[in-house]
Amino acid sequence: MAIRKLFVANRGEIAVRVVKAAQALGIRAVQAYSEADADMLAVRLAEESVCVGPPQAAKSYLDKEGLVRAAKEAGCDAVHPGYGFLAENADFAAMVEAAGLVFVGPSAATIRKMGDKAAARAAAIAAGVPVVPGSDGRVASVDAAVEAAETVGYPVMIKAAAGGGGRGIRVAGDEAELRKLAPQAQQEAQAAFGDGGLYLERAIVEARHIEVQILGDGTRAVHCYERECSLQRRRQKVWEEAPAACLTTDRREELCASAVALAESVGYRGAGTLEYLYDERTGEFFFIEMNTRIQVEHPVSEMITGIDLVAWMIRIAGGEALSMAQTDIAIDGHAIEVRINAEDPANGFMPFPGVVGALDVPEGPGLRFDGMIYEGYQIPPFYDSLLGKLIVHAGDRAAAIEAMAAALDRFSVEGLKTTIPLHKALARDEAVRAGAFHTQFLEPWLEAHPLTAQQ
Amino acid sequence: MAEVKSPIPGTFYRRPSPEEPPFKSEGDSVAVGDVVGLVEVMKSFIEVKSEVAGTIKSFTVENEQPVTAGAVVAELDD
Repeated sequence: MAIRKLFVANRGEIAVRVVKAAQALGIRAVQAYSEADADMLAVRLAEESVCVGPPQAAKSYLDKEGLVRAAKEAGCDAVHPGYGFLAENADFAAMVEAAGLVFVGPSAATIRKMGDKAAARAAAIAAGVPVVPGSDGRVASVDAAVEAAETVGYPVMIKAAAGGGGRGIRVAGDEAELRKLAPQAQQEAQAAFGDGGLYLERAIVEARHIEVQILGDGTRAVHCYERECSLQRRRQKVWEEAPAACLTTDRREELCASAVALAESVGYRGAGTLEYLYDERTGEFFFIEMNTRIQVEHPVSEMITGIDLVAWMIRIAGGEALSMAQTDIAIDGHAIEVRINAEDPANGFMPFPGVVGALDVPEGPGLRFDGMIYEGYQIPPFYDSLLGKLIVHAGDRAAAIEAMAAALDRFSVEGLKTTIPLHKALARDEAVRAGAFHTQFLEPWLEAHPLTAQQ
Repeated sequence: MAEVKSPIPGTFYRRPSPEEPPFKSEGDSVAVGDVVGLVEVMKSFIEVKSEVAGTIKSFTVENEQPVTAGAVVAELDD
């Protein structure tokens, strides 16, 4: 059933992206908005819009019943959840389908399965995808720990089997260190939890975050290669690239093929991302989790493959099968995306929900801005700080960094503090230019390179 | 009469978390720098501190209600 009228159950830049994708496919867009979002760009672009509640997300963008009711009343035949909010909520997907509407994404059962870490890990193992090696259950003695560590591989993290969170985790680099640390960990676990059982897991030191974009139609899946998103602050991605420059061609093919195998093994439908940790020293990659939705950084994959991921999500939801074979998808050049947030990087990234003043967004070949701002727009304080994403596409990584630096210099937004100065500093940084970073890189870098108000 | 104002727009909270008691109640004394509430802005929590000493006469914003920058959240008696 081809979709004729799409309800957009999200806000901000992704709502703009979805509205435009729907319109390009000849589909009418109905934009949901909270009382605080009546002026947002997606409302202005959509054919229709519906107020779904007060500013608090819990009473608007997270109100499952209210959203389904609004979609039905507007005469929509499908719902796009965007990212965040209800995008990975299996109950919402089930309610949309139960109301006779199409959920633009995988089935509720797939969302539930891949959203459960243990179930997702089991699905990965069954599909032959490497996961972070761990001891097979609890180890009860130091000798048992040493034996398990031989299989797991050093360095190992020693955790209390009965514990949770990061409490009391120790890292042993070799057997001697394990023999020294394991008894301490046992005693501590016994004291804290009344159970001295331990669990070992490989410690991936200075891991890179690499993720594979896939598209599935429920039967077949293809990948659109990988992204590297290691530059993170407080687990939030800051700067994203495609492809990952640290991978060899062979390793890339192996990684991406593993993602397709896992997606096909669960009959995946729609756009999805499989996240991996990559150990550059050993060349090993380990699946950690799957995101069953479109992601913020999807544009870099679109730029290097020429595939419109959001359009394909909607086409697949409307019943189309994938028309392309894997061999039709090739990498063209290199793309980088930076997240421009309304935050002051010179003041601890303090949120800055101001009014957008004079705005000058650079345009040209290889440049793209997916944003939610216009001059005079009052940014509401109730939601995340993402104003938009600046994306560049060039022949290779060095040229892409140069293009990003030049585009950032031309990007001007008055009236707000934004993270543009951070991105300018990153684009100039030698380590960033060399691609020499990992997930623990950015926070110490920020300590060592404080941004000042002048930048 | 002195006032405590929100430094930033967002959602005002009187408690550090739903399970804990309010930072301050009516009749409590307040010193300079005391935290009177939190404002959630763009998924961050910013402390609302008093710039003057006094006793809380009343709160002018309910818990979990939207506030604007500079909005009075509490009135103090000197």
